[in-house]
Amino acid sequence: MTVRYVAEPFGGTRPVGSALRFSLIGVSLLFLTLILIVPVASVIGYAFSEGFAFYLDALRAPDTVTAIKLTLLTAAIVVPINTVFGVAAAWAIAKFDFRGKHVLNTLIDLPFSVSPVIAGLVFVLLFGAQGWLGPWLQRHDVSIVFAFPGIVLATLLVTFPYVARELIPVMQLQGREAEEAAVGLGAGGWMTFVRVTLPSIRWALLYGIILCNARAMGEFGAVAVVSGHIRGSTTTMPLQVEILYNEYDLTGAFAVASLLMLLALLTMIARTLIELFGARRRRAPALPLADDVGAASL
Amino acid sequence: MQAGRWVQPSVLPGFGLTLGFSGAFLAAIVLIPLAALVLKGASLPPSEFWRIATEPRALASYRLTFGASLLAASLNAVFGFVIAWSLVRYSFPGRRVVDAIIDLPFALPTAVSGIALATVFAPQGWIGRWLAPLGIQVAYTWVGIVIALTLIGLPFVVRSVQPALAEVEKSLEDAAESLGAGRWMIFRRVILPTVAPALATGFALALARAIGEYGSVIFIAGNLPMRTEITPLLIVIKLEQFDYLGAAALGLVMLIVSFVMLLTINALQGWRARRTTGRHR
Repeated sequence: MTVRYVAEPFGGTRPVGSALRFSLIGVSLLFLTLILIVPVASVIGYAFSEGFAFYLDALRAPDTVTAIKLTLLTAAIVVPINTVFGVAAAWAIAKFDFRGKHVLNTLIDLPFSVSPVIAGLVFVLLFGAQGWLGPWLQRHDVSIVFAFPGIVLATLLVTFPYVARELIPVMQLQGREAEEAAVGLGAGGWMTFVRVTLPSIRWALLYGIILCNARAMGEFGAVAVVSGHIRGSTTTMPLQVEILYNEYDLTGAFAVASLLMLLALLTMIARTLIELFGARRRRAPALPLADDVGAASL
Repeated sequence: MQAGRWVQPSVLPGFGLTLGFSGAFLAAIVLIPLAALVLKGASLPPSEFWRIATEPRALASYRLTFGASLLAASLNAVFGFVIAWSLVRYSFPGRRVVDAIIDLPFALPTAVSGIALATVFAPQGWIGRWLAPLGIQVAYTWVGIVIALTLIGLPFVVRSVQPALAEVEKSLEDAAESLGAGRWMIFRRVILPTVAPALATGFALALARAIGEYGSVIFIAGNLPMRTEITPLLIVIKLEQFDYLGAAALGLVMLIVSFVMLLTINALQGWRARRTTGRHR
């Protein structure tokens, strides 16, 4: 039945199409409501189910506060590093022609298609007690896995492509003439980047940073594998959600989850604003959606 | 490109610095760690690797992971297409809001969608309480896993198909209609061929994401060995038992699948790009 209805190409223009149009819109809305809107709304519902005071208390629990701090610290380290990498990679790939460019471009996307669990596993195999470097690290009393450095490494890996993936298509569209002119007029490399390139990529850069940050703060699988779940010490916010949920502290779990959802909503609002401002000021066509889809495949 | 030269000369500065830094960072954060997994898996004798990778519990987890992922990606292909169609072809109140929330699963941390789905679809939950009297149990069964994977894969198909649908030229449809083609014929012969590469790309992206997914599944899955245990969870369990070799073997299986998916998606995107350029330039 669905297939026959989908087949309607002129929906809305004729009486027959009108029924079809309502069915298709209805199916869309029903599907989104069941699978997306109700679960998202439930986060708020359950978080406040025992009242606002209880909600605030849940957020002020010492372990939760520690988890929030750890998440912020992780993002504060990971996002700048991956931003520098993204800009460097985009400059090399968009402004120069060299052999192996296509390979490099594909390898940057690799973390998108690797399971988060694998992203954590690889660092356990490298730095864990039975890992390649484990014995050496133990002798020197350095802990990476089941400690903060492991969380940072795993987060670096899963958020690796975000900034680069946003910048590369935009910088490729912009071409090289403006930069070449600036250099011809005697501008140095840094000056050229800051005065010529940066103004034309700033919205894409900002969007990449925001996406990278959202993923860095919200990553669960990779961090779960390397963190060791040491309560109040190596738990980030998503891990704290898991711990509270498994202890049947539903209100607490949903309270922390509501903060993460707020982050997701802010990310999407920022995205909408960037599209509005960016589209108005950019002379190049809007971000190619194909790459957008790839980039978000987190 | 000139023979014997691997980089074309350019007046722009910074090539060595930016390529050197990004290449070194790529190696340090992505390539060397992944190579460690490959080496660890390869350090097992082939017979031992085969035994771990094909033990009954692992096979059951592959069946569940790939089966549920295929089903979820198929659901996304159907409903994602309907949603993309509604967004592109129709205007209705709240269209812009619907358009905006499609991306929510990209931004929503998986632990949040995980506990939300598990609670909503539990027998006492907001949706589960309506399904329980009908004898439908979603939470802690494979149905719940499919729902979680459908949620996280939803944006891929919609966002792939939307621009392709917008690109279908009305004049072609009008021409087909003036030649006497029915609606179904127009859909099959004009619209579907244009949209097919985008639909296939969206399906593959949703599938790739679903196969590796962990956070949004484990809360709703029930996690019973042989029944509702996905492969990523089995890897985590092996790690928690300090069975690093077992975890590495299963991790290598999943990594190979990821590579195949990555190559497939690249090929599909190439197909789509050729379709587009062939039509317009």
